[in-house]
Amino acid sequence: MRAACPPLPAPRTPPTLAGDLAIWIFILAELLAFGVFFIAYAFARANNPELFAAEQLALNRDAGAINTLLLLTASYFVVRAVHAAEAGQSRHGARWLVAALGCAAGFVAIKIGEYAAAFSAGISLSSSTFHMFYLSLTFFHFMHVLLGMVILGALWLNARRGLYGPHNMNGIESGAAYWHMVDLVWLILFPLVYVIR
Amino acid sequence: MNHDIRSANRRSTVLWVLLLAATVFTWAVGEGGSGGAAIAALLLGVAALKGAAVILDFMALARAPLLWQLITLGWLVLVCALIGLAYWKGMP
Repeated sequence: MRAACPPLPAPRTPPTLAGDLAIWIFILAELLAFGVFFIAYAFARANNPELFAAEQLALNRDAGAINTLLLLTASYFVVRAVHAAEAGQSRHGARWLVAALGCAAGFVAIKIGEYAAAFSAGISLSSSTFHMFYLSLTFFHFMHVLLGMVILGALWLNARRGLYGPHNMNGIESGAAYWHMVDLVWLILFPLVYVIR
Repeated sequence: MNHDIRSANRRSTVLWVLLLAATVFTWAVGEGGSGGAAIAALLLGVAALKGAAVILDFMALARAPLLWQLITLGWLVLVCALIGLAYWKGMP
């Protein structure tokens, strides 16, 4: 009787960046820009914490929190789409991308509602230092959400044609990394602007 | 391969649920109306942990070269630390 052979250890792949190097350079530039913006907000607040706290209290924290849940869920759906492509199920991944786009559209709708409420209350960039930061920071992020949706749409078109697979992951991983960056900066923006007083 | 993907799916699902729970926690603290240095530090810590989960798992940087992990996690730590410093400076 032959002794059972122990299973061979899985070959270890060397550490690699998921996606194209160019998109990661772009992501670093974006992280740097958002980082500087966040730190500028925090130091501007330090000069006038009472005003910032009072105006922060008037923000719609429910909308901010729901938008955080939507972005996180969109990110999770994108992860599932990438995993599906890795398993050779690109068309199945396309359905996850549609779900992610749905969450992103929900974020956009809520944000437009917030802006409409702010503008109808007479709030503008020149209302106060806090509102200058609130409007410009969130709008800067909003533009990134819109670009992220265009990228997710392009990934969806390719995924439903069965383009992605274990040997063609570069496009979907690059697009996914960009989307996660949009989510990542919001994870700091939400507590910073809406909650921490 | 498919087994690896199933376990990666499971890990990402658990993280997603934890990220949602952490967001509800942050929202609830905001609704509680508390402020001050300890609350600011707690919420910044929660944000940093959430960011680390997204960086390492969702962005798959846990499988990336160490340099990329240091750059991205370094950005996260530096930004949160400087925000914390600014809040501390602005304490009455």
